[in-house]
Amino acid sequence: MRLVAEDLIVARGGRPVLDGVSLSVAAGGALTVTGPNGAGKSTLLRVLAGLINPLAGRVRLEDDAFEPRERMHLLGHLDAVKNGLSVEQNLRFARDLLGGAGDLGTALDRVGLSALADLPGGVLSAGQRRRLALARLLTAPRPIWLLDEPTAALDAAGQALLVDLVAEHRAKGGLVVAATHLPLGFEDAATLMLGR
Amino acid sequence: MNSPHAALLMRDLALARGGGAGLGVVFFLAVVTLIPFAVGPDLALLRRIGPAILWLGALLATLLGLDRLLQADHEDGSLDLIALAPAGLETMVATKILAHWVTTGLPLVIAAPAFGVMLDLPPSALGRVALALVLGTPAMASLGAVGAALTIGLRRGGLLVPVLILPLAVPVLIFGVSASGDGAEANGALSVLAGLALGYAVLGPFSAAAALRALRD
Repeated sequence: MRLVAEDLIVARGGRPVLDGVSLSVAAGGALTVTGPNGAGKSTLLRVLAGLINPLAGRVRLEDDAFEPRERMHLLGHLDAVKNGLSVEQNLRFARDLLGGAGDLGTALDRVGLSALADLPGGVLSAGQRRRLALARLLTAPRPIWLLDEPTAALDAAGQALLVDLVAEHRAKGGLVVAATHLPLGFEDAATLMLGR
Repeated sequence: MNSPHAALLMRDLALARGGGAGLGVVFFLAVVTLIPFAVGPDLALLRRIGPAILWLGALLATLLGLDRLLQADHEDGSLDLIALAPAGLETMVATKILAHWVTTGLPLVIAAPAFGVMLDLPPSALGRVALALVLGTPAMASLGAVGAALTIGLRRGGLLVPVLILPLAVPVLIFGVSASGDGAEANGALSVLAGLALGYAVLGPFSAAAALRALRD
């Protein structure tokens, strides 16, 4: 499988954000997207996920028979955690919604939230919400991970966990596109620099 | 039962149980109680305009919470998650409408006959009003979803949604009230109301999904 974007042109609020961006990531690969604030990193990820239609250019999956949206996880800056549901209910909803079948307990254990499984999402800190979002990636396996500032709010242990999860995901043939300001520590990651 | 639709339905029902699902019925009761104070204690008059009072009260009560129907999921990022589910956005919106109706519309239908007694409606009319509301409240929920989708990015959407959808609710109100009477005319109105409800139930999810796609940022 290969994720390919060709000559993407995207405007927001009437101003061009992405102008002729192309990328190609193969199974097992990783791409970090860098650039200053407002360079269009988040926009690029949302275009890849099919949430924003580009003015020109297109995104496609090579050697894959599924709909692109059924193959992707998007970890945006909003964590999609419902305050009124417990941590486990939040994760169960995301898993069932995305058509996964992974074990909830195992995933929560992996991201270090198993002790909080019964607490409402509203009591989680920003870092814990992000960990819960990471658990989604594990319960509903999808080959493409689109990560928007994945280390935001994560502590050092959380960042190390992210690096491990990404390495395991790539070893299993997954691919990762991550937007970031900071070095993420992914091995052999290609870099796409947006803006100037 | 772990399809995307079932997951969304169960989650929305669980969230509604957690917060304020009965508020619509209380508001409905408030409207039905206030109108007799305004028109005076004339039982014959109340009996005559009773169905209209019930319909107005139910109509206004369905407007409560419509702005949160999609906005809550928009604000916390859940809408992006839903967009990546292996299901069409239209059917996911339809599922949200169904959950919204079960938690806000259905209680109004159940409460309406009880409130009708307060307006001295005859027993036969109580059943007719409930029957008409069974058709009218899903139509309102479908309309509301379109309004909610169109105002999704707006801070004051709560005021705009009723203004947007009330004109489109006029046919539902007209045929809903006539269907609540009896005789051949009421039966005809009930058929038209059923047609309206089906039409809105089909068009609503498609229009709302189209609006969500167009307004996505």
